[in-house]
Amino acid sequence: MTAVAEQIGNWLAEFSGQAPAAPWLQELRAAAFQRFSELGFPTTHNEEWRFTNVAPIARRPWRNPPGKSSSELPEEARRHLAQYASQANPFVALNTAFLADVAFFQVPRGTVLEKPIEVTHQVASMAAYHPRTLILAGANAQCTIVETFQGTGSYFTNAVTEIVAGENAVVDHYKIQLESREAYHVATMQVQLGRNANFTTHSISVGGALVRNDVNAVLSDGTEATLNGLYLVNGSQHIDNHTVIDHAKPHGTSHELYKGILDGKSSAVFNGRIIVRKDAQKTDSKQTNKNLVLSDEAVIDTKPELQILADDVRCTHGATIGQLDSEALFYLQSRGIGKSDARSLLTYAFAQDIIDRIKVPELKDRLEKVLFERFHEHAH
Amino acid sequence: MSLLEIKDLHATVGDREILKGISLTVDAGEVHAIMGPNGSGKSTLAQVLAGRELYAVTGGQVLYQGQDLLAMSPEDRARAGIFLAFQYPVEIPGVSNMYFLKAALNAIRKQQGMEELDAFDFLNMVREKMTLLDMDQALLNRPVNTGFSGGEKKRNEIFQMAVLEPKLAILDETDSGLDIDALKLVAHGVNALRGPERSMIVVTHYQRLLNYIVPDYVHVLAEGRIVKSGGKELALELEESGYAGLGIADEEEAVGKV
Repeated sequence: MTAVAEQIGNWLAEFSGQAPAAPWLQELRAAAFQRFSELGFPTTHNEEWRFTNVAPIARRPWRNPPGKSSSELPEEARRHLAQYASQANPFVALNTAFLADVAFFQVPRGTVLEKPIEVTHQVASMAAYHPRTLILAGANAQCTIVETFQGTGSYFTNAVTEIVAGENAVVDHYKIQLESREAYHVATMQVQLGRNANFTTHSISVGGALVRNDVNAVLSDGTEATLNGLYLVNGSQHIDNHTVIDHAKPHGTSHELYKGILDGKSSAVFNGRIIVRKDAQKTDSKQTNKNLVLSDEAVIDTKPELQILADDVRCTHGATIGQLDSEALFYLQSRGIGKSDARSLLTYAFAQDIIDRIKVPELKDRLEKVLFERFHEHAH
Repeated sequence: MSLLEIKDLHATVGDREILKGISLTVDAGEVHAIMGPNGSGKSTLAQVLAGRELYAVTGGQVLYQGQDLLAMSPEDRARAGIFLAFQYPVEIPGVSNMYFLKAALNAIRKQQGMEELDAFDFLNMVREKMTLLDMDQALLNRPVNTGFSGGEKKRNEIFQMAVLEPKLAILDETDSGLDIDALKLVAHGVNALRGPERSMIVVTHYQRLLNYIVPDYVHVLAEGRIVKSGGKELALELEESGYAGLGIADEEEAVGKV
């Protein structure tokens, strides 16, 4: 038996052992598992996974948490479920194969939700989790979604989130990844945006041993999309952020700012693809990736990928990799601020730039505390 | 005991020797002006005293309140009462002026065994100092020096000095790039801080500043050495005859006279 077959074999036993579900779901799962079996786990020969080796996930015989049965889903949800995130990504296929509970939210047309929708995944050791979230925001609807991932011990989270925003809808999304330091975390988000919709997402990645985030957004006419991210890695952590912004129609605007702070022997990847389709004229797109590298052994791979097929567009991109500014350090020290405090302060300030953009005050406060603790650790 | 004693100080950057034996004594309450053409080593002296690691001290000694200053870290020097007003104040995006200054003040207060100030007491304390420099309070909430005009940056330096109340203030070309109104404002702020317990070293290329901050002593620096020292009249003499009158080459001045 080949290594791949062996890996799939483990999953097959778990797949067959799932609690039975409604026929439509059973069908969906079976097709997805078939797809996953064909694809197997990606290797570093696959360009999309070049810098992220998922062998540690593939090797482990993860158990499916027992006793989970599928919940009933309304017709509207069934119509949209598993229609957006591509099953060509083996992790998406795997998630669909183990689909049980779906966190489903529908914000009706014209409805403005004052309070954020909060989806918190709190998990414990030794299992594989495949959480699925589906959010449908109707035309002119407005909502905020906060997805939080946390847990203890070693486990594997394989999340898929699909968001569909109707015409003129305003959706503000936050993904807060605070997994345990022994956790494996793969998350794919697929966002379909309607005409003149306004979508913002902030991906804050702090925990996990091996992390891969995929954010894919498809824009329509006059859509505005903002993709921001902050990744903090130290020790031997690895965090890979892949984003795809697909300008499918004219007059779309996208802003993307990802910032990373790397310390220890950690590594991180930023791969930002911007697609401007042939008829997506007057597209305005800006991508920035900034990295602060605090140790000699940390490694960052940053890669913009622009595929521009229209001719009347404005697309800019830039990436920086740097250390703490020695002049700024001296300036702070010359005012009596100790060297380690000065280092923390400058590191904190680098991250604060992203945190300042968060519009949910309680979340902002919470993350400021997380950052404060992290950079205290950095400095000493 | 003098506040500051510099004895035969030598310093290099890379292979280049910039300070070639500087000796200078500053007593409490004195204001010393250090003048000199570009490249004479004025700014290097200022930065070496503040502890910039870019420069290597290769000889000599500096005593501050009888202690070996060169053995101290930049932050320890600041906590002991040394303040450098930067020629080019550094922009620090993401750190508010208020947070920065409160952290600095509390680090110094802690060292001196004083209680740390909370945000409320701090605001009350700085308000008065802002008036002194005619500074807009909104500057407190802006990131340190970020997006400040040249004049605002220099005023911010003197404002910091007013808040931190150093024993020895080193002003590194605080006048450069300022129009006459901004210069008067900065000088007014500096003069308000003069006192028997506060000494100053005012580094400048131009005599103009010294019309407003009148020094007790003037030293002329050329090629890393003090070539002439005197009272405040030495600055006026330089204004008359230029550095060339002392046999010192000054490119900038030569260009200015054409």
